Amino acid sequence: MSVDAATVRRIAQLARIAVSEAEVPHLQGELNAMLAFVEQLSEVNIDGVEPMTSVTPMEMKKRQDVVTDGEIADDIVKNAPATENHFFLVPKVVE
Amino acid sequence: MTDLTSQTLAEARKGLAAKTFTSLELTDAHLKAMEDARVLNAFVLETPDAARAMAQEADAKIAKGEGGPLAGIPLGIKDLFATNGVRTTACSKILGNFVPTYESTITSQLWRDGAVMLGKLNNDEFAMGSSNETSCFGPVGNPWRREGSNTTLVPGGSSGGSASAVAALLCMGATATDTGGSIRQPAAFTATVGIKPTYGRCSRWGIVAFASSLDQAGPIARSTRDAAILLRSMAGHDPKDTTSVDREVPDYEAAIGRSVKGMKIGIPKEYRLDGMPAEIEKLWEAGAAWLKAAGAELVEVSLPHTKYALPAYYIVAPAEASSNLARYDGVRYGLRVPGRSIGELYENTRAEGFGAEVRRRVMIGTYVLSAGYYDAYYLRAQKVRTLIKKDFEDCFAKGIHAILTPATPSAAFGIGEKGGADPIEMYLNDIFTVTVNMAGLPGIAVPAGKDSQGLPLGLQLIGRPFDEETLFSLGEVIEQAAGRFTPVRWW
Repeated sequence: MSVDAATVRRIAQLARIAVSEAEVPHLQGELNAMLAFVEQLSEVNIDGVEPMTSVTPMEMKKRQDVVTDGEIADDIVKNAPATENHFFLVPKVVE
Repeated sequence: MTDLTSQTLAEARKGLAAKTFTSLELTDAHLKAMEDARVLNAFVLETPDAARAMAQEADAKIAKGEGGPLAGIPLGIKDLFATNGVRTTACSKILGNFVPTYESTITSQLWRDGAVMLGKLNNDEFAMGSSNETSCFGPVGNPWRREGSNTTLVPGGSSGGSASAVAALLCMGATATDTGGSIRQPAAFTATVGIKPTYGRCSRWGIVAFASSLDQAGPIARSTRDAAILLRSMAGHDPKDTTSVDREVPDYEAAIGRSVKGMKIGIPKEYRLDGMPAEIEKLWEAGAAWLKAAGAELVEVSLPHTKYALPAYYIVAPAEASSNLARYDGVRYGLRVPGRSIGELYENTRAEGFGAEVRRRVMIGTYVLSAGYYDAYYLRAQKVRTLIKKDFEDCFAKGIHAILTPATPSAAFGIGEKGGADPIEMYLNDIFTVTVNMAGLPGIAVPAGKDSQGLPLGLQLIGRPFDEETLFSLGEVIEQAAGRFTPVRWW
């Protein structure tokens, strides 16, 4: 399988990465090189094979459903590019 | 006092205990070495004041007889590990000037045991790379050069800063991470020892995530014994990482020097590649001969799905990366590039913040997870991964204790030499190491010799789940036979 220019633009949009028109052909080439490389997987017989979900067989531990952390709003917003009173600031999303 | 930096961690530990020198002296010697080696670009942040304070604290504890297993030992920390109050960037522009308000579990365990932090080490952006050339801080120089040449070579990647700093004697050991070979390949390129432990052995909490089902941290060290000492402090259960295993951490150092007599070592025929340099083949045979001389039995084994590991990896790893890296949105931390809408803000921030390799992997990962393609790519790759793991299980079920392979298909190469036209050329570096991540197994790279140009080459040993001890015992046999290798200083 290979991707066309329209698909490259759609992937970029899904990935939320701005891509200029000038970059599309180059990206298309790179993505198609990767897709050509992984194409060999189609020759593997995977009939009846379970997909891997956990590489180390283990039972996931569950913790008590109690609050163990918190009251650190200062820490949470410390690295944010724009904040106000412990809120993250973004461009207006609701008119 | 120049000798202080040329010891192994184990030797320095003895010297500190015997009060031959103090941690402050040892730390100052390494800080000086670090300053003198800035041309290597191994450190992206030096923390000399914090290092001296930690060293003095260690000295006080050692004087009272309360020093921990790593008391006073100066280490470098890969910039993928969150360090409280110390800038952590994953060597990506998108994290910018991110200063964590928390400490990764692994580094907190190192400080608990008395280690001293010298600074943060360079790596490929988000650990995506095999040459340390994708870092936003620029490439790292390998302290090794070809005989009679002034060309600067890559140290491998993604833990290139870690490998370079340990090989150049700038730190006594370093933390590193390995998603497809990022500990073992740079170790092989720099004649250092690197171990990727079993998935779940070390906590991933506080490490910048790349591909969560493959990522595992481990040390890069000057000797097999040093790697064993460091791993003991790094490993252990952490309630904050549900994939970390609640299992006792053995005294790995006790495995150093343990007899390997009667052990069955598998030699997988699928690792004998067409066009593999004769020197790599010769090194592999030498390694087998050393293990045989130590009493191990060599057995040819088959891992039939080996050739599919790398293509399956380049579906699974980018898929997980595209999901993990969704958090970099220009809102909560790091870089923010304005836009007219929130959507444009995301798109502009991510276009500006991610380098070319990261962008490529996020995009391919997004594609293979997208509606209509998930089954053909991602699901198929996860099924192939089951088969890769089964190959190893079948092999171990026949009584094989460990598997011996080359660590890399070549020695270190020049900056800008590979992957410029075709990204696959760079990806092939990990052909021998990536299988181990896909199967969640432990793997160690040990220096074993040099090629005709004087560059180091390494061998890899792959172990059964949670049997790192056997890898240390076997690694020590190779180290004793091959000797240790130190680069000639040119920086």
